[in-house]
Amino acid sequence: MHRTFLRVSAAGFGLLLSATGVLAAQAQSASHVGNVTGNAAAGAREYRRYCVGCHGAAGDGLGENAQWIDPKPRDFTAATFKCRSTPTGTLPTDDDLYRSVTRGFVTTNMPSWEPLTRQARANVVAYIKTFSPRWSQGSGTPITVPAETAVTMESILHGRQLFQSMECWKCHGPAGHGDGPSASTLTDSKDNPIRPYNFASGSRFKCGDSNADLYRVFMTGLDGTPMPSFADNIQPNDAWDLVHFLRTLQPMPSPEAALWQAWLPGHAGELKPIGPD
Amino acid sequence: MIDWSVKGRRGWRALLLLSGGLGLATNLAAMGPVGGIERARYATYVAALGGVVSAPVEYAGDMHSNAEIPAFARKYNMPCSACHTAWPELNAFGQRFRDRGYQLGNDRDSPIWVNPSYIPFAIRTTPGWRLERTTNQPVDDGVGGTVEKTITQSGFDISGADLLMMGTLYKNITFGFVPTIADGEGVGIEAAFVRFDNLFRSSWANLKVGKFEMDNMLSEKRGMMLSSNGAFYQSYHFVAPGDGTTFGLGDNQIGAEWLGHSDNSYSRVSLAVLGGVDGTPGLPEGKGYDGFFAASQAFDMGNLGLQRVGVFGYLGHRPTTFETTNGGIDPVPGTGTNNKPFTRLGAVGDFFLGNFELIPLFMHASDDKDLAGGTQDATWNSGLLELHYYVSPQLVFTQRSEIIRMSQQAISTTPSDKGNIDAFTFGYRWYPIMFSRAGLAMVGELSFTKTIGTMPLSGDGVGLDPLTDATEVKSTSLLIAFDFDF
Repeated sequence: MHRTFLRVSAAGFGLLLSATGVLAAQAQSASHVGNVTGNAAAGAREYRRYCVGCHGAAGDGLGENAQWIDPKPRDFTAATFKCRSTPTGTLPTDDDLYRSVTRGFVTTNMPSWEPLTRQARANVVAYIKTFSPRWSQGSGTPITVPAETAVTMESILHGRQLFQSMECWKCHGPAGHGDGPSASTLTDSKDNPIRPYNFASGSRFKCGDSNADLYRVFMTGLDGTPMPSFADNIQPNDAWDLVHFLRTLQPMPSPEAALWQAWLPGHAGELKPIGPD
Repeated sequence: MIDWSVKGRRGWRALLLLSGGLGLATNLAAMGPVGGIERARYATYVAALGGVVSAPVEYAGDMHSNAEIPAFARKYNMPCSACHTAWPELNAFGQRFRDRGYQLGNDRDSPIWVNPSYIPFAIRTTPGWRLERTTNQPVDDGVGGTVEKTITQSGFDISGADLLMMGTLYKNITFGFVPTIADGEGVGIEAAFVRFDNLFRSSWANLKVGKFEMDNMLSEKRGMMLSSNGAFYQSYHFVAPGDGTTFGLGDNQIGAEWLGHSDNSYSRVSLAVLGGVDGTPGLPEGKGYDGFFAASQAFDMGNLGLQRVGVFGYLGHRPTTFETTNGGIDPVPGTGTNNKPFTRLGAVGDFFLGNFELIPLFMHASDDKDLAGGTQDATWNSGLLELHYYVSPQLVFTQRSEIIRMSQQAISTTPSDKGNIDAFTFGYRWYPIMFSRAGLAMVGELSFTKTIGTMPLSGDGVGLDPLTDATEVKSTSLLIAFDFDF
């Protein structure tokens, strides 16, 4: 009786393990983007066609072209992603990955794959998630992005103070040109040299082009890069002020830049230069 | 990526055996009596025919110039399969890349990012072995008359070479220059244009000026078939019996094109004003301009893939009256007047069912009666269905069926079915390597055409119509070739 019980228990445990394994595998082999469910097996075909040249067959970022590319292609086996809506150290949501695939990264070799069908892009996301066992943990919970505060000169000037006090300038440079004193020493988590964003380049941000996207970068950080999360350091209103100031560093037209340019000629002398005290 | 696995080597062996078998079989066929001519005389005979045959046959060979550009793959570090379903045919991503003026839309488009050693240059040519067999060809009977015979020709051959030069001069300003070289024909200019993209920061405002392929949704320049009878769309090049109009919808034309497209290129529309010279450099013979319009819309159909439908139209004019010299013998170029119109109107689709791609096309055409010296306008309809099955990005099977049916002859005494065409092509393209530096495709293709009362459009055979209007001319092409692009 005892032996039978042990056998049955062992069999049950084995079945349970198998079931959880299957469920975990299913969770990893699918993605959910809106009402589209991505399939990893189909994604493997898309990956082979579009992605393998840079990201490699093993997803390790060592495709045949990787040696020619700077920044280096993402290593999916590390499951570390820059553009996320989730807190630092957590995995991005399927939507985050889908948006990255759709948007591309304008300052890198990664193009926008928007012409692919939504299903194809969701399939690729599902396949990307098969490269690391970390995905069995599930994605992080997206942070809340509060309503944007009003764009005012007070907000912009406070953001400028934060840019100084939080030492953003050390990497991004006093004028936001990506030429701060620390810029040349920066490396990513794989020890590859990495450049801070140059706000004067006129390119949209890596993780999107809206103010909310920029806010999210402060609060989630860019994992795998020296850009940390400031979620524990600044309040939401402060983050919005910083967003408003950073917009004035960009050459593109924006409400913040218009306000700044109208204000600046009569007040330039009032501004303390950004940089070492 | 060369697949050197055991499975991959089996694939090589299988293909080589297949190629060898087909080659042996067709060679044996060719070594038999050729339409009654003894084998000993065959080589001399073919050589003598060379001057007559070479022009129209190589015309077909020219059809596949200006296609995939591995220089872009090298520039952007992307495999061929990123932009092509199977090169040279574009996929949705490649279509948008082209629509954007050969730009991805990121920082890497700027010439400043390009390695100084990079040259926007690629070359494509296709060595191989082919057989052409055409029935009912009028040849001398040796006693002063003419007799119809079957002409069979085979041997190793090369296509002309295309030098594909396309690149970015500046952000949103690109150029294309494609000289073609064909042995015995010198150098021609297949394409030469400059294009200005995203004018007024809008993807709906792009301008191209020069010699270029019209915005045909079903592109002949990026077709996957290469054999003499299969390398072109009969519908694009057919003109009514008796009509001397020089025009091919698939030919590159000289003029200016406005193109607009949505950001993902799902919606596309273009309008072109063309010189009416069918792509031949120099001033037009007449004073009119031709116009071309195309529009298409793609639909995201989930698991099925992207489905696209489109319409197109061409309105052309050709002069029928000229100032002349030498007693009315020589027309003075550029003085043509009394233009007469011809039109091509059609609809086309590009549908995916998983790994299957189906491309139907329907076209209605008419030529003014005066272009054929007739009493009524010539009209005809044509349709085709092309199928592609993508086993993988490195192997595709192709098939095309196409028909042309005359509705009304310009000359009322012409038999109603003269000019009708049935054409069928079967083939495969296998890409043993697929990476971002170069491309190689091993091609096998078999195509058949049946034309009534006329020679095949490929020009195969002796390049002459049969002796009677009712004669069915059957032409067969077999091609085994290596299509490479570097």
